[in-house]
Amino acid sequence: MTLRYVYALAALLTAIGLSMFVYKWQVLGFPVTDNQKTPIWTIETSIHFDSGPGSIKANLQIPTLTPGFRTLREYNVSKGYGFSLNYVSGGREAQWAVRRSDGPQTLYYRRVVYEDSGSDQSDTTPPFPPPPVINEPFKTAVEVIVSDVQEHSADTASFTSELLRLANDPSPDANVELLLVDAETSAEFVQTITTILASARIPARMIRGVVLQDQQRSIEPLPWLEIHDGDRWRYFNPNTGDESLPDRYLIWWRGSEPLVRVEGGSGVEVNFAVQKNHLDSIAIAEQRAAMEQSRLVDFSMFSLPIRTQAVYSVLLMIPIGALVMVLLRNIVGIDAFGTFMPVLIALSFRETQLFWGVILFSLLVTLGLSIRFLLERLRLLLVPRLGAVLIVVVLLMLVISIVSHKLGMETGLSVALFPMVIIAMTIERMSVVWEEQGPANAIRGGAGSLVVAIFAYLAMGMNWLEHLIFTFPEMLLLILAAVILLGRYTGYRLVELSRFKALAGN
Amino acid sequence: MLATVKEMTDAGVLGLNQRNAEFIMRLNPRRLYPRVDDKVLTKKLALEAGMAVPELYGLISSQGEVRNLAEIVQDRESFVIKPAHGSGGDGILVIAAQSHRRRGSYRMINGMLMTDSELKHHVSNIVSGQYSLSGNRDTALFEYCVKFDPVFAELSYQGVPDVRVIVYRGYPIMAMVRLPTRASDGKANLHKGAVGAGVDLSSGKTLKGVLGNDVVDEHPDTGALIAGLYVPHWDQILQSSARGYEVTGLGYLGVDIVIDRKHGPLILEMNARPGLNIQIANCTGLAHRVTRIDEIFDAKADPVTRARIARQEFAAERQTALPLNGAV
Repeated sequence: MTLRYVYALAALLTAIGLSMFVYKWQVLGFPVTDNQKTPIWTIETSIHFDSGPGSIKANLQIPTLTPGFRTLREYNVSKGYGFSLNYVSGGREAQWAVRRSDGPQTLYYRRVVYEDSGSDQSDTTPPFPPPPVINEPFKTAVEVIVSDVQEHSADTASFTSELLRLANDPSPDANVELLLVDAETSAEFVQTITTILASARIPARMIRGVVLQDQQRSIEPLPWLEIHDGDRWRYFNPNTGDESLPDRYLIWWRGSEPLVRVEGGSGVEVNFAVQKNHLDSIAIAEQRAAMEQSRLVDFSMFSLPIRTQAVYSVLLMIPIGALVMVLLRNIVGIDAFGTFMPVLIALSFRETQLFWGVILFSLLVTLGLSIRFLLERLRLLLVPRLGAVLIVVVLLMLVISIVSHKLGMETGLSVALFPMVIIAMTIERMSVVWEEQGPANAIRGGAGSLVVAIFAYLAMGMNWLEHLIFTFPEMLLLILAAVILLGRYTGYRLVELSRFKALAGN
Repeated sequence: MLATVKEMTDAGVLGLNQRNAEFIMRLNPRRLYPRVDDKVLTKKLALEAGMAVPELYGLISSQGEVRNLAEIVQDRESFVIKPAHGSGGDGILVIAAQSHRRRGSYRMINGMLMTDSELKHHVSNIVSGQYSLSGNRDTALFEYCVKFDPVFAELSYQGVPDVRVIVYRGYPIMAMVRLPTRASDGKANLHKGAVGAGVDLSSGKTLKGVLGNDVVDEHPDTGALIAGLYVPHWDQILQSSARGYEVTGLGYLGVDIVIDRKHGPLILEMNARPGLNIQIANCTGLAHRVTRIDEIFDAKADPVTRARIARQEFAAERQTALPLNGAV
């Protein structure tokens, strides 16, 4: 009956732990291994201008829908300006405003994005554009081009490709040349193309964006062509007519609006800069969870202050040590002093490193034990004697630190990280066992504790495990389930196979 | 080097995990532990049940009373000091004689003298809880020092041999004689180096001995053969042990009995977590016997009946037929 509850509880804990783990891993994208870094780009737009005499209002086009990218955060840096975000026809606009300002001004807008191919943000289907009002002789030229291209195309996509091919022809026909003669910049070129497309009742718009590379200063926004085929938006290279988007092309704004409008300022300069960084996948997963409003992450470790997180990254490994302890004591059958003393010793090994940890621990216990034997002759009562042992342990730690420092061995300093109360109790317990059950038992117990501590240290020191537990604390439920199951293990301990071997032949 | 799990299971060997989980936790409710962990209470309960125990000379339960020590032991030639909550024989001091030449000094069984102040220190250690399981303040018991029956004289090196009987749900299922050695410092605890000798339940005859985890034929200090001795008062020993079930209510119990030259079997103490080395001493696992008791268990049977059934059920013919050097 009890056994059934035990199995049910273990199964329940495992199910909860595993499902939370899988959800965070697969859905929220928390990384299972430590070295998963995601590249992020910080794009900075800086606006320089000289302030005029009156009030200043600066509008900057900023990204709205960015296929292929997700936004981690955006922020602006501007001293003394009021800041607001407005939705306008082409997307969003950042607006800075100030009543009065002197001298040259610089406003910054930063956006941090990461690549996410799954981020396919849908845009609304636009209405068919009204036929643009075009003056002669351009009107006729457009009509000729449209009917010409329509003959050589089947649908909106092939119409666009064909139009762009014609427009980019090195020896263009007279109509095309007439239309494009004024297009000096590629933005103007794309703008003219959208006008021709509008005449053919194809919704089209210019998009401008930046191609993200590792590190760039002063990049010019790259214009591109976007058309709607009645179903979705498609992207065309205005220079070749190919349907494509450049790699890592972050769409900054759509439409023919200028990037920046400054009222009350002069000498406006806009500059794009890109910086690539690497960020923990965890931060990104968190961000994503926050966007999906997942309560699971609200209560995760990452919502704690960094310093507390550091404490927990160590504390969360203690259950691993406990599991090792349970395995070694109940399955293997190693004798050790104190139930969790070896785990605490293993914790301090993390600071001292294994080799020095073992040496310092043995040294401390040996010295403490010899002084404890001297104390025995004084016939002190129990509690004062424990107090005396504790003081001796503290003094020994101090002496070891000072001596090793003088000898130039800085590792000796880390002896201060040993849990002194635990060591004092170990020494006391060991000396009692020494007297009552002989040195052999005492040394065996001491060595057993050390062995358990070493195994616990090795298990707790596994980086991938630490990362896994820290990122997925629900894994502790699995460990709890394992410990509960081990608690009902009634088979033989490994050492019993040797202990009772005399009986085995019968 | 190692036995396989199957060999062990076939031999019916009981392991520590199984003992803890299936016997101690199932059959020994924790609320009953004080009955065996507190030797003062055990003694009282045993007396009420009409069992023979070593006479209690006095108790010291606070540091202030330590100075009464001389009064308590005044007229006693020999005596034993025990912590009421001790375990595994820790803190037990046997005083064989009070020195007549020097007042205030005591002779221990190993011949060493102990001064009055040393003895008081020991008692105050007991009272402060050094030997208590929980580390809490404790009581020191002063009681009759057993003059053991000469039948084991050849098999003991100082100290008092005793008989340990494992009682399962009121039925004695296995027994051994624990023989002190030089290494055990006169104590009858196996983990301190005493020799355990299995006892055939039906006849009360000793089988081979076990020292540590190894089978031995002779006592390591005296060289006397261990096997073949008949434990005196065997019926009474088994009946007293069986009665331990009624006294303590514990379903898995170790009863320690000493055989006094004058008073016969006396209950020394009882144990809610008896060790497993008794299996080696008897060359038999406990598991098969436990299964057998579960088959024939009768809640209405009285201690005498249960002791008789144990003598019928657990004859050791199988063990005596084995070669002396045991299984390899």
